[in-house]
Amino acid sequence: MKPFAFARPGSVAEAVRQVAAEPGAVFLGGGTNLVDHLKLGVATPELVVDVRRLTSREISDLPDGGLRLGAATTNSEVAADRRVRERYPVLAQALLAGATGQLRNLATTGGNPLQRTRCVYFQDVTTACNKREPGSGCSAVNGYTRYHAVLGVPSAMPDPTAPETCIATHPSDMAVALAALDAVVHVLGPAGERTIPFGELHRLPGDDPSRDTVLGHGELVTAIDLPPLPDGARSAYRKVRDRASYAFALVSVAAVVAGDSTSERTVRIALGGVAHKPWRAARAEELLRGTPLTEHAVGHAMGVELTTAQPQPGIDGGNGFKIPLATRTVVATLRDLTRET
Amino acid sequence: MTELLEPRAIGRGLVRRDGEAKVRGTATYAYETPVERPAYAFPVQATVARGRVTAVDTSAAEALDGVLAVLTHENAERLASTDDQELAVLQSAEVAFRGQLVGVVVAGTSELARQAADLVRVEYAVEEHDSELVVDHPALYKPEKVNPSFETDTAEGDVAAAMATAHATVEQTYSTAMYHNNPLEPHATTALWDPSAEVPLTVWDSTQGVHPDRAAVCEVFGLGQEQVRVICPYVGGGFGSKGTPHANVMLAVLAARAVPGRPVKLALTRQQMFFLAGYRTPTIQRMQLAADRTGRLQAIAIDVVEQTSRIKEFAEQTGVPTRMMYASPSRRTTHRLAPLDVPVPSWMRAPGECPGMFGPEVALDELAEALGIDPVELRIRNEPAVDPETGKPWSSRHLVECLREGAERFGWADRPPARHREGDWFVGTGVASSVYPTMRMATSEAVVRFENGRYVVEIGAADLGTGAWTVLPQIAADALDVPVDDVEVRIGDTRLPEASVAGGSSGTNTWGSAITVAAREFRAKFGRDPGDGDEVSGSVDQAAMDDTRAAYAFGAQFAEVRVNADTGELRVPRLYGVFAAGRIINPRTARSQLIGGMTMGLSMALHENSVWDPRIGQVANHDLAEYHVTVNADVGDVQAHWLDEHDPYVNAMGSKGIGEIGITGTAAAVVNAVHRATGVRVRDLPVTLDKVLPGLS
Repeated sequence: MKPFAFARPGSVAEAVRQVAAEPGAVFLGGGTNLVDHLKLGVATPELVVDVRRLTSREISDLPDGGLRLGAATTNSEVAADRRVRERYPVLAQALLAGATGQLRNLATTGGNPLQRTRCVYFQDVTTACNKREPGSGCSAVNGYTRYHAVLGVPSAMPDPTAPETCIATHPSDMAVALAALDAVVHVLGPAGERTIPFGELHRLPGDDPSRDTVLGHGELVTAIDLPPLPDGARSAYRKVRDRASYAFALVSVAAVVAGDSTSERTVRIALGGVAHKPWRAARAEELLRGTPLTEHAVGHAMGVELTTAQPQPGIDGGNGFKIPLATRTVVATLRDLTRET
Repeated sequence: MTELLEPRAIGRGLVRRDGEAKVRGTATYAYETPVERPAYAFPVQATVARGRVTAVDTSAAEALDGVLAVLTHENAERLASTDDQELAVLQSAEVAFRGQLVGVVVAGTSELARQAADLVRVEYAVEEHDSELVVDHPALYKPEKVNPSFETDTAEGDVAAAMATAHATVEQTYSTAMYHNNPLEPHATTALWDPSAEVPLTVWDSTQGVHPDRAAVCEVFGLGQEQVRVICPYVGGGFGSKGTPHANVMLAVLAARAVPGRPVKLALTRQQMFFLAGYRTPTIQRMQLAADRTGRLQAIAIDVVEQTSRIKEFAEQTGVPTRMMYASPSRRTTHRLAPLDVPVPSWMRAPGECPGMFGPEVALDELAEALGIDPVELRIRNEPAVDPETGKPWSSRHLVECLREGAERFGWADRPPARHREGDWFVGTGVASSVYPTMRMATSEAVVRFENGRYVVEIGAADLGTGAWTVLPQIAADALDVPVDDVEVRIGDTRLPEASVAGGSSGTNTWGSAITVAAREFRAKFGRDPGDGDEVSGSVDQAAMDDTRAAYAFGAQFAEVRVNADTGELRVPRLYGVFAAGRIINPRTARSQLIGGMTMGLSMALHENSVWDPRIGQVANHDLAEYHVTVNADVGDVQAHWLDEHDPYVNAMGSKGIGEIGITGTAAAVVNAVHRATGVRVRDLPVTLDKVLPGLS
């Protein structure tokens, strides 16, 4: 733990200016992840800038039929919103599958997708971690990999000493749903406003695992837009975890099925718990476009999607089970979504 | 035979006397003790699993304004006794396990103490460590005794011959994980060293026994008992981890003695508890069962391999229940330990019986399947007439009745067939037996005094949240033959008469016996019309004790498990337990204890698992987000019932102890139900979805 300065500026622009001016500054939203990191020494900011009262706490209708979620709306508020529950059940379900009631009352729309991995080594400053301390190595490789990635990792045995190695997963449930919804992120930064397609917000480790997203220093999420879904679209979130509540996903699936007839049918599938970012199963979606969603067809499509998956060995038996589990969970989710049709 | 108390207050479900204070938040726990100008201590822990501290740089920590002391092995006071290496804090440069204490910072605020602790730089000469338990570890040895003083190995008959010739055999290896007790209240202490005071050391500690706690502090610091007072009115759970003081208590006292006159508070963080507060060793259980055609056991054997630390031995008595549970002409139990570079294992709820009722009770299920005999019936067929271990008659044993009543309540006779499927879920049911010995500690004393028209009972007992504040008045009221409202009980302070630890499910038996002796003596001496200030003390060693009989509580647990056919997710909608544990003093607190134990057993079955990382020598998932304890959403209909069991041999209350039996056998019942549902036999805990997935397609 390290002392830090705390600021509560009067406007979003001022908050952005303060953070941009101080390399060691961070934004504070609901604080459900950052405050833990302050205690653990995972985060050691010089300046904490509280934006909880600055960004919008409104959920508003957009002219195209979509919804805009202000960055300060809480997970509880979004999950309870009637429009969200009716039009985007996948998002309401994902939010309610995350954390606990108390945490959801604090966690925000702007902050939730930016929470950091729960890799046990990332959270333990006495162990090596390229994400926390670039260049120190990756303790997760060959370690406790149950909650780690199988997609977007280079091989089944990455080099634990290499500076680019990271097999962490992104822990957010909300983000998986937002990925499936093709949400759009509004950002205000030192250079002004920009929008980012949600699928481009998070990044794979690449050569810099310390960066979870494409956001630059001082860039603040101000709102997230949910584009309208096609008429008659159905959506659902299925989270598979080690206990019935208050656990991160081993595998989760956000799915959207649209189209009145089989030939017009489109499917969107996003996976959680399997990669450094919410994973859109683009190859599977393409294969399933306009086809009957039989268990065989979905299983085949997921098999193609997962051809690059790399099971990670580990001290607790490794995480190879996630590969069949991902397919089985997608099959079950799509079966449930199309059961009455 | 003992003359049992006439139950008037006993048997009533009185509400907890401390309940209101806890709900209102006015019950003060150790860390919250109101003291003047408290200072705060924060530990520095070793970051290597084995080696020597070669250099310590405390200058950055000491330079912070408000830091009062930085202690390491270089400047800490020399302790009077270092016999117990776990408690010999900051006495040497040796590091015996990762996370061991290598320093402590005392500062004016908790934040400052923590910041300064981060600034202490420690260098090590690292040695190769060995922290991984394997069944054929080259250093396995036979301990002299197993906890607390049982024979390490026992043998009778010829197990090998029976295995070679029996109609049916089971030979399998089962394993239980490493578990951490994780009480809600962390290990916490407020300590004040005031050399000018009549009692120079006062310790407000979260402990399962103020007197044993004081004895350990006195031993380590070379103090007389009259120099130390330990106070603990409330405990937020212990589960054995506060039954014997761990290094944190000694560190708090050491820190307090470095800043005389200034009270020092030290609470372990949840993460630190995974290194310093004890844990249950993982166990590897090699089981052999041999049976004739009718299911009667011809042999039962358990060979246990588990771990201990290099600096202090703890030998979990995992094989002990196999010595007495079922009839068999041939029997063998053994224990072997691997001494490793690991934190010191210790007591956790039902040491011995908890892991030791896993392997045998799953093996019995496998035997039942092999023989085509119902698993309830198989257990009934192996009911021993007398204690197989000692040949003594039972004080009372109603396992068969528990099995039958449980089967009736659960609807066992109509249970679905194997691999029964309802919608997306496979459904299975399983059964296992429970057992826990009825214990009474050798030392405890109670005073009964008539004071301002009420009866005051004083005994330094502990209430872990379990109900001692409430049940001891019930016992005293019946022993004195007065309404319970006329009795005030004072506990949790070494100024009160000496009491034993709340452990081994012995608290109520022991303290209640001492109270009963004192109360009867009081009535004999002063009659029914005592004068103000009249008092008598009584000791448990004056209470009748029938050691010609084997005394145990028994039970049967039934689980319904649902396994999702797509994902392997496991749910337990029903868990029923029926127990025969003598007379139940207070049904309200008893039910809470029993369903708490069963839920903890469910947690062991499905969730709890301290994942050991042998590369670095620590638990990888060392917080409550990653170390999963069963949550409300996992718990369906958990029911605890009990038989109206009369046992005149155990003590004047006729009570057997209920704190631990609930956790025994539960995991086996769940595993047996998972097998029934899916056909997958999981022999290593916990049962997680990845282990059942291969059996679902």
